[in-house]
Amino acid sequence: MPDLLLELFSEEIPARMQAKAADDLRRMVTDKLVAEGLVYEGAKAFSTPRRLALTVHGIPARQPDLKTERRGPKVGAPDAAVQGFLKATGLKSLDEAKIQRDPKGDFYIGLIEKPGRDAIDVLAEILPVIIRTFPWPKSMRWGARSGKPGSLSWVRPLHAIVATFGPETEEPDVVKFEIDGIETGQTTYGHRFMAPAAINVRRFEDYEAKLKAAKVILDPQARKDIIFADAKELTFAQGFELVEDQVLLDEVSGLVEWPVVMMGSFEAEYLAIPEEVIRATIRNNQKCFVVRDAKTGKLTNKFVLTANIEAADGGKTIVSGNERVIRPRLSDAKFFYETDLKTKLEDRLPKFEQIVFHEKLGTQAARIKRIERLAAEIAPLVGADVAKATRAAHLAKADLLTEVVGEFPEVQGLMGKYYALAQGEDASVAAACEEHYKPQGPADRVPTDPVSVAVALADKLDTLVGFWAIDEKPTGSKDPYALRRAALGVIRLIAENALRLSLMKVAASALAGLSVKPADASKLPSDLLAFFADRLKVQLREQGARHDLVDAVFALGGQDDLLMIVRRVEALGKFLETDDGKNLLAGIKRASNILGIEEKKDKRSFDGAPDAALYGLGEEKALAKAIGEVQAEASAAVAKEDFAAAMSAMAKLRSPVDAFFDKVRVNDDDPKVRENRLKLLNEIRSATRAVADFSKIQD
Amino acid sequence: MDASLPAHMRPERSFQGFILALQRFWAEQGCVILQPYDMEMGAGTFHPATTLRALGPKPWNAAYVQPSRRPKDGRYGENPNRMQHYYQFQVIMKPSPPNLQELYLKSLAAIGIDSAVHDIRFVEDDWESPTLGAWGLGWECWCDGMEVSQFTYFQQVAGFECAPVAGELTYGLERLAMYVQGVDRVYDLNFNGRDGDAKVTYGDVFLQAEREYSKHNFEVADTAMLFEQFKMAEGACRKYLEAGWKDGKREAHLMALPAYDQCIKASHVFNLLDARGVISVTERQSYILRVRELAKACGEAWIHTEAGGAA
Repeated sequence: MPDLLLELFSEEIPARMQAKAADDLRRMVTDKLVAEGLVYEGAKAFSTPRRLALTVHGIPARQPDLKTERRGPKVGAPDAAVQGFLKATGLKSLDEAKIQRDPKGDFYIGLIEKPGRDAIDVLAEILPVIIRTFPWPKSMRWGARSGKPGSLSWVRPLHAIVATFGPETEEPDVVKFEIDGIETGQTTYGHRFMAPAAINVRRFEDYEAKLKAAKVILDPQARKDIIFADAKELTFAQGFELVEDQVLLDEVSGLVEWPVVMMGSFEAEYLAIPEEVIRATIRNNQKCFVVRDAKTGKLTNKFVLTANIEAADGGKTIVSGNERVIRPRLSDAKFFYETDLKTKLEDRLPKFEQIVFHEKLGTQAARIKRIERLAAEIAPLVGADVAKATRAAHLAKADLLTEVVGEFPEVQGLMGKYYALAQGEDASVAAACEEHYKPQGPADRVPTDPVSVAVALADKLDTLVGFWAIDEKPTGSKDPYALRRAALGVIRLIAENALRLSLMKVAASALAGLSVKPADASKLPSDLLAFFADRLKVQLREQGARHDLVDAVFALGGQDDLLMIVRRVEALGKFLETDDGKNLLAGIKRASNILGIEEKKDKRSFDGAPDAALYGLGEEKALAKAIGEVQAEASAAVAKEDFAAAMSAMAKLRSPVDAFFDKVRVNDDDPKVRENRLKLLNEIRSATRAVADFSKIQD
Repeated sequence: MDASLPAHMRPERSFQGFILALQRFWAEQGCVILQPYDMEMGAGTFHPATTLRALGPKPWNAAYVQPSRRPKDGRYGENPNRMQHYYQFQVIMKPSPPNLQELYLKSLAAIGIDSAVHDIRFVEDDWESPTLGAWGLGWECWCDGMEVSQFTYFQQVAGFECAPVAGELTYGLERLAMYVQGVDRVYDLNFNGRDGDAKVTYGDVFLQAEREYSKHNFEVADTAMLFEQFKMAEGACRKYLEAGWKDGKREAHLMALPAYDQCIKASHVFNLLDARGVISVTERQSYILRVRELAKACGEAWIHTEAGGAA
């Protein structure tokens, strides 16, 4: 069966967009083929800085013929209906129609045959549409045609399209179409500098091979492998070790068609700069890898660059050029670092008076004061030294005003730690300067040092409460202040450090420290708590745990101790995995359903203790007794925060509940007995509320 | 590179030879070679030959050197490559020719950068000028890991879609010349390509100015006057724009260029105020917006002029 080769040859595509673009191209073309009845055998897409390529093999040469039946009028229907039927089906006369019998009578059935089209014609139709509607994150117009409306948009100017179609054994055909003046053909081009001439290609196999001969490695993975292997070998040969960096590798492989890995060096004096700063300088600005000494594990004064050319002089000019660029960069970084060391962190703080954190939330200085106060308040709750937590909060943001962080924002916090240590701060205080930003995301490490924990909580809670107070909450996909991340950070700090604190109280205290007073301040902490509940649900869902249990626990009300909530959810989850749990849940739901119906019918609720004198059956008595015992036992266990024990107590309800539903008719003819039984059912509900609101649990 | 050139005119030996080589190259591509615009501006893009000529349907190919002033970048002549005054070489071609990348690479060859031994790369860089209400897509052009030019396909200028699109190239002349001459300090560039007593360096020409203007920009520039000048330029710009509409109807404009001069003026005055540190973070944004509004209004006026392509 024939194969398709498609190549879109353009000016340089941004590295970060290439992988997704290749994937989009494969998906769009194959989806469309399948929708057209052309089921293919396999497809693979590739990208380089200058091209997107796609091969789809095993495409049928023709679409299958489509046969559809169309039901027409009844036999003997008026002529107008018959004529309409003949017209719609293309039949010459009713002789060509079948007659089908069904309970309503005999009907004409027309068989419509739509012959399949040649796949190459289908491709010529679908490919231009895909190109015109391609989902680039940003696209542009260019050239003379951009003066007219409707000109093609592409990520960068598109120059040529290869589109061939044919079986392995034959000369393929060009899938003919034209888009914005570019006609499809069989011509592509090699490496921009080493083999720029036009190349005639037939199908994927010779295409890939000819490109390789023309110094283009089509497969991004192959380029990555080359860069990685060569970089490792090059460094290893000199007793060094490559500092691996997957993100950089991805990017670099998207900047070259023919990777040539080389090593350069810089003056050893720059190794006095913190390693992270050296790495940031070399990585961000030059897209080069850094290298460490295999023995000491420390950075060496080497770097690995990936050029796009086998240079005529063996790369000497390129290496020395890169060294010339890196040198002043490191020189700047060193100067920044040394300049920073001359000023104590606290001496930078007055400048924060001039820097607005948020128009409605005041200056950074005000914010730092709030965090200090909150950190001092939280410190005893998390086992941190109050003085150290206050000091850490005082200094933690100061590095934002340093030169190094100004240049490399990604080392914020880390530089704070270095500068704090350099000025002789306590180790915990210094650590908190870095760690108070953590955790930054679900995969980031959660700090454990109590001082870091106190400042991290204070920082995040001040942010959350502040933005809540000015009503800048996240909506849909918009979360410009990363409040969801902050809330998840709080949850993880508390849960993973097993901390006990009342969020409502801390939130109320943070709110009291704000200069803005929201209109409904009293509602804010509980509103924020609901946000935490949402984040907790999302986190549990992402971990594959049951997130509906969060609702069942929050519905109890008054729950603002996140650790207890998490523990309760965990215990509940385990309980519901047991047979007792499942059956009890079913029993409780049944009780709730019945109550719901009867409450609606009677327009009243059935609160209040049942009257023991009205129990007529043994199962009633047994259930009433069990409820009393279980309630006492479960409440006692909850009071001791032993949720597993509370759940075991609940398990004892299962058989009396089952027996009750088995033997007792709730809607007794005697209205008094009925009411009493409904009250008893209500007791089940309230007894189980000692651990959770089971009615909120999904089946 | 032209082998017939005398040694002192060669681009790898002399800064002026370097500029002349670029001018000659682009003249051969059909560009008009303009002289610098006679006003202070932050970048070659501000020159009306780019900002305004990028708008409208008429073809336009031009190249010029533009002295660029960035008051905040002054370092009193003590930084090896940062200055408050430097040169940009600007090329604008509308519509962007299909071989603009090839032309750019040839221009590098003309100034002595051989693509057989250098690693030349086009690295994503989306360009945006908030003050000009302009954006485009393109690249930073790298030579052996150093950014040497900016390459942009203008999509929008002064808030108007570019139709057709213009291609813009901006060369950082000093940086490129330093690379080609092999010097690490801008003031050491050989300006005239001569040796011995006859040699004039970039420092001979500009070091004094860098020291003086740094002091001026950071310490002394009269902020009261500048605040006043900003207001005056803004007012004048609006006044000229208003007066320029022919017969008071918004159909044809007769004074887009004088109005745009005032926009350039306001932008530079804002940069000076910014360097003096008298504009707060929040005010900063509103000044930028005010300049953008002027630029947009000038752009609108321009497309209603004859040269701007109005019928």
